Parts: sequence; C-alpha cells; structure tokens
Amino acid sequence: MLNQYPAWKYLLLIVVLGASTLYALPNLYGEDPALQVSSSRNTAVDISTQEKVRTLLQDANVSFNSILLADEQILVRFSDTEAQLTAKDVVKEGLGRGYVVALNLAPRTPDWLRAMNAAPMYLGLDLRGGVHFLMEVDVDAAVHQAEERYISDFRGLLRENKVRYVKIGRYVGKDGDSAVEVKFRSAEARDKAERLLEREYPDLSIDDEDRGDAYFMLARLEEQEKRETRKLALKQNITTLRNRVNELGVAEPVIQQQGDERIVVQLPGVQDTARAKEILGATATLEFRLTDETHDAEEAARTGRIPAGLKLYTQREGGHALLKNRVMLTGDYIIDASSGLDQQSGSPAVYITLDGKGASIFSKVTGENVKKLMSVVFIERKTETRLVDGVPVKTRRTVEEVINTARIQEQLSKRFQITGLDSTKEAHNLALLLRAGALAAPIEIIEERTIGPSLGQDNIDQGFASVVIGFVLVLVFMAVWYRGFGLVANMALAFNLVVIIAVLSMLQATLTLPGIAGIVLTVGMAVDANVLIFERIREELRNGISPQAAINSGYAKAFSTIADANITTLIAALVLFGFGTGPIKGFAITLSIGIITSMFTAIVGTRAVVNLVYGNRRVEKLSI
Amino acid sequence: MQLFKKPTTFDFMSKRTMAVTFSALLILISIGSLATRGLNFGLDFTGGTLIELGYSHPVDLTIVRSTLESSGFPEAVAQHFGTTKDILVRIAPQEGKSNADISTTVMTALRSVEEDKVEMRRVEFVGPQVGEELTNDGGLAMIYALIGILIYVGFRFEYRFAIGSVAALVHDVVITLGAFSLFQLSFDLTVLAAILAVIGYSLNDTIVVFDRIRENFRKMRKGTSVDIVNASLNQTLSRTMMTSITTLLVLLALFAVGGELIHGFATALIIGVVVGTYSSIYVASASVLSLGISKEDLMPVEKEGEDLDHIP
Repeated sequence: MLNQYPAWKYLLLIVVLGASTLYALPNLYGEDPALQVSSSRNTAVDISTQEKVRTLLQDANVSFNSILLADEQILVRFSDTEAQLTAKDVVKEGLGRGYVVALNLAPRTPDWLRAMNAAPMYLGLDLRGGVHFLMEVDVDAAVHQAEERYISDFRGLLRENKVRYVKIGRYVGKDGDSAVEVKFRSAEARDKAERLLEREYPDLSIDDEDRGDAYFMLARLEEQEKRETRKLALKQNITTLRNRVNELGVAEPVIQQQGDERIVVQLPGVQDTARAKEILGATATLEFRLTDETHDAEEAARTGRIPAGLKLYTQREGGHALLKNRVMLTGDYIIDASSGLDQQSGSPAVYITLDGKGASIFSKVTGENVKKLMSVVFIERKTETRLVDGVPVKTRRTVEEVINTARIQEQLSKRFQITGLDSTKEAHNLALLLRAGALAAPIEIIEERTIGPSLGQDNIDQGFASVVIGFVLVLVFMAVWYRGFGLVANMALAFNLVVIIAVLSMLQATLTLPGIAGIVLTVGMAVDANVLIFERIREELRNGISPQAAINSGYAKAFSTIADANITTLIAALVLFGFGTGPIKGFAITLSIGIITSMFTAIVGTRAVVNLVYGNRRVEKLSI
Repeated sequence: MQLFKKPTTFDFMSKRTMAVTFSALLILISIGSLATRGLNFGLDFTGGTLIELGYSHPVDLTIVRSTLESSGFPEAVAQHFGTTKDILVRIAPQEGKSNADISTTVMTALRSVEEDKVEMRRVEFVGPQVGEELTNDGGLAMIYALIGILIYVGFRFEYRFAIGSVAALVHDVVITLGAFSLFQLSFDLTVLAAILAVIGYSLNDTIVVFDRIRENFRKMRKGTSVDIVNASLNQTLSRTMMTSITTLLVLLALFAVGGELIHGFATALIIGVVVGTYSSIYVASASVLSLGISKEDLMPVEKEGEDLDHIP
C-alpha cells in the first residue's frame, strides 16, 4: 500500500513533539529578580544561614516571595528589582564577609518541569547584559620569575660553599631562550660550582661557555619545566580570578581557559566595568623594607647618586624615599587582609594577617629594628600591548610606590595594620587585592565587550520580532503557493521551531543575537526541503502520474538531494563553529541544530501528515 | 499558485558566454575595489575601542566632540547611532596607547558634562593582538570550509562538480566582499559569519542543480550535454526561485527589525543569496560544461541513493 506509515513512525513523531514541547516550555515562564547567597571560603551555607537571611530581610521590612536552600546556595526571589536591590545591601551588611551575595534573575520554571531537568535557554551576554573579558596571561613572566628565584638561590648556595663568582644574572638569548648566567674568574671555580649545582638542582641543564678570558656557566630550565611553569601560572591565575570574581558578587560567572595563555571571564549583569577591571586586571603585592634615615632622598633623586645598599622609591603622596635593599617580608606570606578604620586616627586602614612562617620572620626582623622607620612598598605589575609601527609589542610595567612609612613601635607579629591610604575605597580595594592573592603572572585585558541592560533588552525584543515577522511571512507565502501542502509544510516549520528551542534548552547552549539570526535563517531555509519535495510532486503530476504515486516518488526522489544539500551546509556551519568565538559560535550552533531538526520535521513530519490526509484512499486531485 | 504555469524551456546555457563576461566583470570590479579601497574593517579586526551611550534627550555632537578632545581623545570619532539620543564613539588603536582603561576614561569624561543620567549601552574593546588573529583565523576558516566542501562534493559527485561548486562559491564570496568594499560597509565578525553562511547557502543551491544534472545525464537518452544541463536548470528553476524568495523574506525581516547590530549580517546574506542564486545557474553549471562533463563520466558503477529512497 502506498503512502502509509507504520504506527511506530507516528508514535515517534508524537513522542518527539511531546518531549520538545515540554522542554521548550520553560522559556515561556519568565524570570524573577532574585538574590543568590553562596559561600566564598571557609563558610558553610546551610539552614541556619537561610534563617539568618530570612530574619535580616524581615527585620528590614523587605518583602520577598520565597527563600530556598539548594546546592549550598540560598535563592531569594522578589517581585520587583527595587526590593532585590535593598535586600542585597541588607543581606551583604548582615552576613558580613565570607559570603557572596549576588543579584540574579531566577527562571520561574514550575517545579514539575524542573523535576524533569527542563530549564530555559541560557541567554548570552548580548541579550542579558553584562561584561565579557578576554584576558591574556603573561606566562613568560612566570618563567622569568622562576629564574629570578634560582638567581637568589644560587647566590646563597655559592656563598655558603665559598665558591667565588663574579656575577650572577639572567641571560636572555634569541627566540625566547633564557637562562641563569654565572660568571667566574677561573675554570676551577666554575667546575666546583657546577658540581654543587648539579647535585642540588638535577632538573636544570647546565652548560659551559668561555668568552675571552671569562668563564661562564648557563643554567637553563628544561623545556618541560618551562611548560609546566607556564601551565601552572595560568591555572593559578584562573583560581585567583575566581576568588576575585567571588568578591565582586556575581551570579553565574564564567571563568574559563581559552588556549594556552588566555582566560575568558564573563560576568552577567555587571555594570560597573571600571571596578571590575580594576579588581581583575591588577597584580599587586607588598614588600616591607627598612627606611634609610641618614641620606637625603630628594637629593639622591635629583643627582641620581644613590648610596650603596639603598634603593630609591617614589612615594604615593609625592616625594621620594630611600629604602634598604634587603626585603624584610614579601606579600606572599599574607593570608588575610581586611579594610577598616584606624581606631586612633580614624583614617582608612588595612589589617593584615600573616601565616606562621611569615609571622616568625616578621617578628624577628621587626624585633631587631624597633624604633626604626619601616616602609610598605606597593608593587603593581601590568602588562600592556602597544602598537609600535603597526606591530603589537608586549611591554611589562612595574609600578613600585611607597604607600606608607611608619616607625616600628614594637615587635610586630601575626596581625598588624597599614595606614596612610587615600580613601576607604582604596583601603577596601587593597585589602581585596591582597586577600585574593597575588597573580602568578601579570594579566592583561585584551578584549572587552560590555552590553548594558537596556541594549540587552532591545536585542531580545528585536530578535524576537524578526523571528516572528520572518516566520509569518514564510507561513503566508507557503500557504498561498502550495495551498494544502503549504499548510502541511507550515505545521512542520512550527514544529521545527519548537524542536530547535527544545534542543537549545536541553543542551543549555547559549543563545546570542547572532544565534537568533541563525534561527531566523533556518526558518527561511528549512522550507527548502519541502519546496524540493513539492516541486517534485508537481513535476510528477505534470508527467501524468497518479496523485498517490506522485507523492511517493516526490518524496523518494527529493530525499538524496535534500541530504546532499544539507550536509554541505552543515560542513560550513561546523567550520564556523570550530573557528568562531562567542557570539559567532552561537550562530553556528543554532544553524547546525536547525539544519538537522529541519530535515526530520520537513521529511518525516510532513510525510506523516500527508499520509494521514491522502494515504490509503482514492485521490483524484492534490491540493498543491 | 505556481511560479511557472508550464515547464519552462529557457535556454540558459546559450547565454553562458554573456553570463561569464558579466561575472568576470563583477569579479574584476570586486577585486579592483578590494585591492584599492580594501574592506572597511570593523573594530573586531582593527582593534580599538567603541562606546555606545544612551542619553535621555537628543544630544549635540559638538559638545560630545569637544569633551572628548579636552579629555585627551582628539582622534575619537563620535556619531549618532540609530536615533539622536544615542551616540557611538570610536577610538582607533593608537601607537603607544592601547588598553582597556580608555573606555573608562571616556565614560567618566562624558558623564561629567551631562547632568542627566548617561546610560552605557555597549562598550567594546579589542586589543591589537586579537584583531590580527581574527583576520588570520577568518581567512583560514573560509579556506577550511571550501576544502571540506570540495572533498565532500568530489566524493559524492565527481571532481568536475566539485570544481564547479567551489568556483561558484569563490565567485559568491568575492562579489559579496566586493560589494562591502565598494560601498565601504563596515565589515565585522557577524559579516564574516554571514559570508560563511553564504557559502553554505550558495552550495545548497548548487548541489540541488547538480543533483538534477547528474540524474538527467543518467536518464536522458538523447540530447547534448548542453541540452541536458538546460533541462535540469529548467526543472529546478521554480524550486531555486522559491527557496531564494523565502530566504530573502526572512532576511528582509532581519534587516528591517533586527536592530543595528545585525544589519551588516543581514546585508551580507541578502547580497550573498541573490548572487548565490545566480551563480548556481550560471557559474556552477557553466563551469561543469566547460570542464567537459559527459554521459560516460556519470554512469553509475553502483546505483547511488538506492538504499536511501525508502527512508521517508
């Protein structure tokens, strides 16, 4: 019998249609303004936290719709954004540090749908508003730092063993080759040093080099170790960035590695990009050094003659300072930092807590130097890419400033404070930077895309409008052109749209504006399969074949054409996916999904309806 | 309703010399324009900073410009965007000065002269290293797509068809790029995506025609190659037109209401679809003919698609 479908095919269609409708459904419910509370470190979010939040909100008279604890996160829903914003301040204040309080939009998906893991599509930043940063980590700087560490280690080791050397420094060759270079006066000294270093550092590869009557030794990190160092630097940066983002209070941030030295940071809903940049982009650390009180710093700055053993610094307040070369303590030992007001002067202060090792070093050096002046040097490392003669050139910049000088009143140890900061905001930022840990290698923002909330909404509206208008135009056109069969194609087209949305929702793929454009384009191109089939049927009818046979051979003959045409388009879409970044990927995804689903709906879907209408009976004329 | 009441019998191929001349002319103009004027690359490729701001009232550009100048950005370009309430500020990457802080400085400066709230709608900053990569990657993507298609078509059809389809694709891409160059339309990332979609679309069209040509070469006993190609084109003509019309309908919808960000994308696709439709008739088929396709080349060793026919 021609044009009859077995029952299982109908069943398959019904199942697909049913499932697609269910999974596309969450997109219709909209979102509630919400507050998301999670722990940032060492704190637990549990039922007692939930009760605390509830009490805080009730005490402040902020009305909320619901409060829910799930996955160690508390979600509070509000009916308007005003309540949401007030609530954020109240909760943040009330809970104190250790918690991340972030604004969010919570989908209003009903529980029965959520139980099936149905969730709305994930909207890209161009639709919901927010910041996208692409950051490049200067991973070579990490290698550089590793070599610097070896330099000071070598120095200590050689001195301890009384091996005489002339100079130790970093050697930079061509093509990224670098090493630690030690200059000796005699070959004997070099041999002795080499034996020593080879035993102590078996991982280094050590070479000799004689230049004139000077004897050099070059110690290189193995390529493997350099790679590891770079990898580690990137990883450490990601961790640090994650901590900093937590401090910023962002719901659903994305922090992802991209390639060997890049990190993507996406902060939905963040508007204050200046602050985000300040927090994310800077690498800061501190050094504590003794201040020299016997020489005139201003004169040294003027003449450029710097007394031995001292180093000239600029002060943040203006002016200069001469500090001792020896570092008393570095920022690596800091385990916590918080901002507040100094109880005596009322000026902004940062309270610093050191770890055990740091505390013992610090108490020893401050104990030896009570009543002497100590300065705090704030070191910020930045990497910038500038265009020099049209070629991007990476430059590293280190800003070292004395931010505070004070007399050591007593032996300092585990906990102490720094004062002399400009504002509470600066104190807050400094504390945040110190707390979140110094970045292993400087980081640079190389791409920023920020979309304001109003533009995001405009994009959604315009995208939606173009889908609807494009869709209606095609529906009308098909109905006029192919009449009955046109209506069947239209059903398939609507079905296709539902399936695309369902698949996007199930994959939790990100919908972007180009993604919407991809859906619109799919709507236009999806009818192609039906056009091919219908034109074939018309052709067969013109050749005088009976309607039933025409339907059958129309579908049969069009099939391989449709498959070929769609597979080639899919190749283009996949290439686009492979190469594309962000929004373009969104376009490739919707286009690919659309191509695949349209083949199913336009072939199997329409055939089922056509068979239902015309199958298994005598047909004189087709409505085509 | 039907586009063509009776089966058409246009003699497409007799005009192929004219078509080749026409295409060659368009390609020459395109290449000429690309060589002399180049593309008006957008921020994605050149790098730089772009800021879109929304004011609550129509804003005077001269004030904006003088503010920008006094805050150290004399080279910044300010213009209205969509309405007179929205402005777009572009700052090209500069020698010695290019970092993510520029946008912050500009925003602060512009906000300070305005008493009402100035709303940030969009900030884009692209560092010089990113732009350069994109240009390379974009070119590579196009080449990969073409190679992938060449292999698939060569495998499914015959090498002459593969060459014909790629000739048509190159034709479409060059002319679309040429149009962007000639009219100096802004070429950004979405336009690049559109061009790749044009490759997909134009190919779709070409494959349908090729499929029919192959079928007819096997089926039709009489007639020269030219006759067979002509018949195939006529048989697929109404489908070619229909699909182009529906696709153009949705693209016009995107163009009209999709918003500024999607404008370039829609424009590129509209040009691409029109050119692609033309090229699948003239460029692809004419190339196959000129490469000397004949019946013997297409007689099946095994019947392709036989097992597929039962699927619907």
